[in-house]
Amino acid sequence: MSLVDGLFVFMLAGFIGFEVIKRISPLLHTPLMSITNALDAIAVVGAIVLVGRHESQLSFILGILAVVAATSNIVGGFLITDRMLKMFKTSRPTKS
Amino acid sequence: MIDFLGSQQFIELIYLIASALFILALKWMNTPATARRGIVAGETGMVLAIGGTLLQLGIDGRMQHLVIDYKWVLIALVIGSGVGVPLGLVQMTAVPQRTALSHAFGAFCVTLVGTAEFYLRSPNVPAFTMSVLCCEVILGGLTVTGSLMAAGKLQEVLPQRPITYKGQNIVNLGLLAIAFVIAIYLVHDPSAKHLYPVMVGIALVFGVMLVIPIGGADMPTVISLLNSYAGLSAAAMGFVLNNKLLIIAGALDGSSGFILSVIMSKAMNRSFTNVLFGAFGQVAATAAAEQEARPVKSASPEEAAGILAAASKVVIIPGYGMAVAQAQHKVRELFDALTKRGVDVQFAIHPVAGRMPGHMNVLLAEADVPYDHLKEMDEINGDFPQTDVALVIGANDVTNPAAKTDKSSPIYGMPVLDVEKAHTAMVIKRSMNPGFAGIDNPLYYMDNTLMLFGDAKAFVTNIVKELSNSHG
Repeated sequence: MSLVDGLFVFMLAGFIGFEVIKRISPLLHTPLMSITNALDAIAVVGAIVLVGRHESQLSFILGILAVVAATSNIVGGFLITDRMLKMFKTSRPTKS
Repeated sequence: MIDFLGSQQFIELIYLIASALFILALKWMNTPATARRGIVAGETGMVLAIGGTLLQLGIDGRMQHLVIDYKWVLIALVIGSGVGVPLGLVQMTAVPQRTALSHAFGAFCVTLVGTAEFYLRSPNVPAFTMSVLCCEVILGGLTVTGSLMAAGKLQEVLPQRPITYKGQNIVNLGLLAIAFVIAIYLVHDPSAKHLYPVMVGIALVFGVMLVIPIGGADMPTVISLLNSYAGLSAAAMGFVLNNKLLIIAGALDGSSGFILSVIMSKAMNRSFTNVLFGAFGQVAATAAAEQEARPVKSASPEEAAGILAAASKVVIIPGYGMAVAQAQHKVRELFDALTKRGVDVQFAIHPVAGRMPGHMNVLLAEADVPYDHLKEMDEINGDFPQTDVALVIGANDVTNPAAKTDKSSPIYGMPVLDVEKAHTAMVIKRSMNPGFAGIDNPLYYMDNTLMLFGDAKAFVTNIVKELSNSHG
C-alpha cells in the first residue's frame, strides 16, 4: 500500500464517518462513544503481531501490555454498549 | 484453495468485510430500534479481524521460519478480557469516568505499539513512516494522561475545580512545539533513539497540562475531544503498519469524536479553536462575587405536588445534580404518578447536561423512562410557553436566561432551555449557593419561579408520596 492509497482510504473513511455519525440521534451519544471506543480497539491487531513475532524482548513486553489494554476495551466496550441499548424502551407500540 | 487462504489477498478480504461491518455498526446506531444490531455487526467484524490477523501471523511465521508465540497472544487476550468484563459492568452513573478510562486504554495500546515499532525499526525508518509514527505516539501519549486526568476528575479522586495560571496556553503550546521539533528531528535522523523517550515524555506531560484547567461542567467537550484524538492516533498507527482496517476504524472514531466535540462546543457557545487548544474553564472566575441577597419564593413538597397535580403539561429538566443525587429512579416514579393522572410529562435534555454527551438519556433510560419522552433542546424549546410546570432537577447553567439577555454574563450566547417561559418554573436545589461555574441564575428570582430547597432525591420522593396520598 502506498502512502497515497492510505490517504485515500483515510479521506473516504473520514467522510463516511461524518455522514453516518451526523445522523445519529443525540439520544444515543453515550452508547455511540462506547461502541466507537470498542471498534477503535481494533488496534489490538498490531499488538498481536508484536507479541506473536517476539522480535525483541521490549516489543514483546510492550505488545503484551497493548493486547491487554485493547482487549479490555473490546470486551468492556461492547458489553456496556449492549447494556445501555437494552435499557432504551419506547412507550409507543413498535412497528414490526 | 490453501494457497488462497494463505495469501495476502485473503487477509485483505477479511479486513474489507470487517471494515464494512464497522461502518454498518455505526450506521445502525442511528436509532434505538436498530442499534443492537449494530453491536452484533461490530462484534462480528472484530472477531473476523482478530481471526484474520492470527491466521496471517501463522502464515508469515511459516514463510519467514519464525516461531510464533501463540501462547502469549492467548494469555494476553484472556487477561484483557478479564479486565474488560468488570469495566463493562460498571454502574450507569459511572459511565463518564469509565469512558475516559477506556480512551486512556485505547491510546495506551496505540502508544505502546508505536514505541515497539520504533525500536524494532530504528534506524531504518522511512521519513513518512517516522512522521506518522511521531503523530501516533504524541497524540496517543497526550490522550493517555489527558484521559486519566479526566477520569480522575470525574471519579472525584482529583480536584474538580479548574486549575489555571497565567500564561497557561503559552506553556502548553510551548510543550507541544518542543515535542514536534523533536519529532521533526527524528524524522530527519531516526537513529536518535535517546530523543524518542523525551518526545513521548513531553506528550505525556502535555496531556496532564491540557486537562488541568478544565472543570467538571466542561467534561462533555473534553471527553469527546479525547475520543477524537484516540481515533486519530489509531489511524496514524494504521499508516505505520500499512493496515487499511486500522486507518478506517481510526478515521471513524476520529470523526465521531470530532462531531461530538463540535456539538458540545456549540452547546456551550465556545468556538472550536477555543476547544482545540484546550482553553476551557476560563469562564468560571469572574461572576461569582457581586450578588446581594435577593428574595426568592420557595415551596414545600406538598405545595409542589399540588401544582404538579393540577397541571396538564409538565416538562422536567434534568441535570448533573440528578445524577449526583442518584434521583433518576425517583424521577421515573414521579413521571409515572403524573402520567397516571393524565398529565403530559416530557423531559428536556440539553446537549451538555451531565458529564458526557447523552449522559442524561442513559440515566433516564436505565430508570425505564420511555425514550420517546426524552426531547432535545431544539425540539422542546417551542413548547415552554404552553407548559404549565417546568421542573428543574439538578440543572443550573443550561436554564439560565441571562445567557440570552445579559451581555456581561460569562455564558452569554450559550443556547439554553427557555424554562422561564413556562407558567410556573420549579427548581429543586440544595441551597442558594451558585452552581459549579459560580454564575448567578436570574431564573431563581423571577415571579413565576418557586424554589424547592432540598436534596433532589429526597424532595422528589416527598412529591411522589404527596401525589399518591392525595390520589387515594
